[in-house]
Order: sequence, then structure tokens, then C-alpha cells
Amino acid sequence: MRMRSYVFALLGMFMTISAQAALEIEITGAGEHQTPISVVRFANEEQVAGQAVSTVVSNDLLRTGLFKLVDPLGKAPHEPGDVRYAEWPGVEALVIGSVRTLDGGKVEVRFRLLDAVRQSELIGLAVTAPGDQVRAIAHRIADLVYERLTGSAGVFSTRIAYVNREAKHYRLVVADSDGYGEQTLLSLNEPIMSPAWSPDGRQIAYVSFERGHATVYVQTLATQKRRVLADFSGSNSAPTWSPDGKQLAMVLTRDGSSQLYLVRADGSGLRRITFGEAIDTEPAFSPDSKWLLFTSDRGGSAQIYRIAVEGGYAERLTFEGKSNFSPRYSPDGKGFVYSHYNGGVFYIATQDFESMQMQILTTGGWEKKPSFAPNGKLILFATESQGRGILSTVSSDGRVKQKMFAQRGDIREPVWGPFSKQ
Amino acid sequence: MKRLLLSSVLVGFLAACASEPAKEEVKEPVAASAAAEPVAESAAPAAVEASAPVGEQEVAMPDSNSVFFPFDVDAVQAADRDTIQAHGAYLSKNSSAKVRVEGNADERGSSEYNLGLGQRRANNVRKALILAGAKESQIETVSFGEEKPRASGHDEESWAQNRRADIVYK
Repeated sequence: MRMRSYVFALLGMFMTISAQAALEIEITGAGEHQTPISVVRFANEEQVAGQAVSTVVSNDLLRTGLFKLVDPLGKAPHEPGDVRYAEWPGVEALVIGSVRTLDGGKVEVRFRLLDAVRQSELIGLAVTAPGDQVRAIAHRIADLVYERLTGSAGVFSTRIAYVNREAKHYRLVVADSDGYGEQTLLSLNEPIMSPAWSPDGRQIAYVSFERGHATVYVQTLATQKRRVLADFSGSNSAPTWSPDGKQLAMVLTRDGSSQLYLVRADGSGLRRITFGEAIDTEPAFSPDSKWLLFTSDRGGSAQIYRIAVEGGYAERLTFEGKSNFSPRYSPDGKGFVYSHYNGGVFYIATQDFESMQMQILTTGGWEKKPSFAPNGKLILFATESQGRGILSTVSSDGRVKQKMFAQRGDIREPVWGPFSKQ
Repeated sequence: MKRLLLSSVLVGFLAACASEPAKEEVKEPVAASAAAEPVAESAAPAAVEASAPVGEQEVAMPDSNSVFFPFDVDAVQAADRDTIQAHGAYLSKNSSAKVRVEGNADERGSSEYNLGLGQRRANNVRKALILAGAKESQIETVSFGEEKPRASGHDEESWAQNRRADIVYK
């Protein structure tokens, strides 16, 4: 990977990174406070196939908007004893390390995070993994650096899911949070919609039209085995898991219009939650499992509502714009993100339950299906650029935006996965 | 919007022209078939395209198989009344004919909302066909939401094409 261009725009930094693999990444904006950090090339990192560890770590940190990456300008210390702090003026943190190939195709990566102001070591760690998992190690290092310097959990080791559409060909795809390591779970000549991660990250529920109408499937990532969760007459759609993974909320039209239902993860115990003639769809569980957010046009236009999981009165939460769609709770449960439609344009917006004020985070476009990263700091959504569907992220304060361009097809229906169990 | 209205009116007009013969037959009672619906189940394969099945009453197949909707609306429009009447009459006269009503939506809205909207459109066309003489057992519904657009542009001209329910003979 190489830096292709630096352009300084009025609004802040604008940077394009040309990735060798699936995606091209463009970042705009910057956090209010950026920590100046230098990630030094790791010793022997070029001996391992694929992207260099220091490059992956640098790009992960850059994408958050919270760091200013300082060029080491040829300096290459690999051990704390090699570091002469006077040579790093203005740098607050240093990442150094080394890569070593072990017997049996394994790789050991040693790294240190140094506080360049206090001249002390913050983290020192050695990680061993199979040689084809160097990127995973690098993401883990970036997570540790991010956690130590920001106090929030890193999400670089998490994964995302989305649908890639090329003409009439659809693929359900899982990838690393930076878009690398694409793995196709399902490939069809019929539409695929609405992937949803199980809370343990081991299964994905989704909607497929392979039976001629919308049917809900659940697929296990490790085995690729899948099963039908709901195949009633009409449309079966919008699956979403409860935080404990024991049940799913979904939408069926078997009784007429789209209505919310609960079902156990094994497909038993179907229970209807809403009882009306309107479209009720896109349920999302609150982190405490007590509430469902959903989209409904019961008030004349599509708006966001909240209902207790056991059903009953539904409270309308959004009133601005022409309509609002696709709500999802923030991981702390204090607010939610949604797609706000006004003046022919979709925006990504958040709202907290205390003030109930809408905050628009983006400049608008064809922006749909937002979901929070599990640390609540970033929001992933689908948008369009140059006539193509792409992935995009925005920091939850709206300051830093990132676009990820796929080389092929339109990307739709993205959703950020949970923290991986380490 | 203007373009949408124009195309809807045009479709309605064409349907009206095509369905003149069928209209007269609608006046016939819808037979006592409402309760005894399984009769049609074992019948020979249903009509293909525009030709009526052999041995059944000859009723002209309506010209238009599509009805159109304004943005975020699922009610069947007056402009499509003749199309609905013609298909209802055809289904009434050809009890072994079966249709699938496919509901579609334009891409504005979320994909899941549009799936629900397409289903409501299909359901409403189904109700209208039953009122026009078809039997419940002759009609199934499906929604494709915004997933199978007829026109791919991001403009009103394309969207108007995609806010549509198709009456597809099986």
C-alpha cells in the first residue's frame, strides 16, 4: 500500500490510500484533538507475505481521525534501547517492533508502545500466529494502541457484513473492518438483503429470494451450514438478534401488512408483537433487551418508533424530515442512529433519548442502513459515489468521514459485527 | 410527477381500450365458485401469455399486466381501474388460470420498508382483483421491494416505472 495523494481542503485533511486488494479508502475531516504518533517500520516485516504490519497499524489508526501520523523520516529503532527521544520532537507516542518467522510457518510479532513524552514503555507484547494471519495480529496491535491512548475499545479486529450486487448477481460477504479479507458466504442470482450478526459473531441471519419470495435464513460462518428460520407465505424479512442470542425479532406479512414478530433462535415459539394495518419493520433490540426500535408508517409517513419487547404502546421518536428509516441502538443504549430522508436526500442522523434532538452527521446523499461499531465511536453505512454503491463510515461525532470503494459491484446493506472473542 | 401521471393515464387508457369485450362479461354473476375453490387446483396448466386455455371460455387477455402507484402510496389508483376489471373478469371466466401479483417499490426508503410497501401494493391489487371477480385461490402475492427495478435510473422517470405491481399469469 502506498500513499497516493495529499490534498489539503478547507474542511480539513483529505487523503486517499490506494489499497492493493479490494478497496480504495478516502478519509476526510479530523478529530478535535489528534495525538501525534509515529509507527516505525517493524524489523523484518517485509519477509512476511502481504501488507507490512506497520502499514496496517498506521492505516487503522489513521481511519479513526484521532491520530496524526508522523513520518519517521528514515529512523528505524526496533527496541526501546535504540530510541533516542530527542530525535522525535512533537511525537507523543511511538510504535516499534519486529517480525520473526518461526518453525512450522508461524510468525512472531513483538511490539512496543512508547510514551515519547514521559520516555516510558506503555505496552510490550509478543504475539505468535500462523503466517497467514499477520493482518489479524496487526489489527490486534492497533486495537491495543487505540485502547491505551484513547481509553475506548478498538474495533480493528471486528468484522463487517454486506451484500455485493453486480448486475443481477448477489453475494453475501463478510470482511475485516478495513474491507480486507473478503469471504463470500452465499452467491445467488436472486436478491439478498438485511444481514444481521448474532451477538457472538458466529452466525449471520439474512433475507434471500432464492425460494421466489423473501425468506429468512441463518448461516454459521465456520461451517457455512445454513437453515431456514422463517418461510411463511408473503415476505419474511428484517431479522435481528436479541443481545443474548436466544431469540430474533423479524417481520412477516403472513397476516397481511408487515408486522413485528419474535421467534426463538431455533425457529420455534413464534409470537406477534405489533397488531395493525401499517408497515412495521426493521426491528432493533435495545442493549438491555427491553425495547425494540422499528420503522412504521402508522402515522402517515415512515418514522421511528419504540415498543416494549412484549408489545403494547408504541412511542413515536422521530418527527423531522419527510421520513426516517433503519434505526439501531448505540452500544450504550443512550441513543440511536437512523437514515433521515428530507428534500430527496438521505442523511445519517443520531438522536439521544434524553434530549430527543436529531443530529445530522453527514452532508447527505444516498445514505442508508447505518450501524454502530461495537465501541460506539464509528457508524458504518451504505452510500453512493460516482453511481456506485459503496461503504462509508462516519465518527459518531460527525467529524471524520471515510469512504471505501469496492473494485467491483455495488455494496449494499452493510452491518458492523460484534467484538470478536479473543 | 407529471411524467408518472401521464404514464398511468396512458396505461389506463390502453387497458380501457383493450378490455372492452371483457367488460360486458363482468356483469355476469361470479358463479357460486367462492366457496368451492379447489375445483381449479387440478385443472390443466394455466394460460400462457396471451392465449386463453383450451376448453375455457374465450375472454381476451388484457393488454396491460402492470398497475402503477404514486410515491409511498399502496392504494390502487383510478387510472388502473380498467386493467384490474379486465384481469378480474378474465380470472372469473378462466377458473383454472392463476396469477402471482408482484409488488415493487422505487429505491427511496429503506430496502425493508420498500419490501413492506411492495407487499401492501400486491395485497391491494389482489383485493381489487377479487372484487372484480377473481377467486382468492387464483391469486398469490409476492413483494420484491426495491430489489428488482424495471428501470435503473435515479430519477422520477425510473422511479415511476418501479412503483408498480405486475399481474403475472402462471
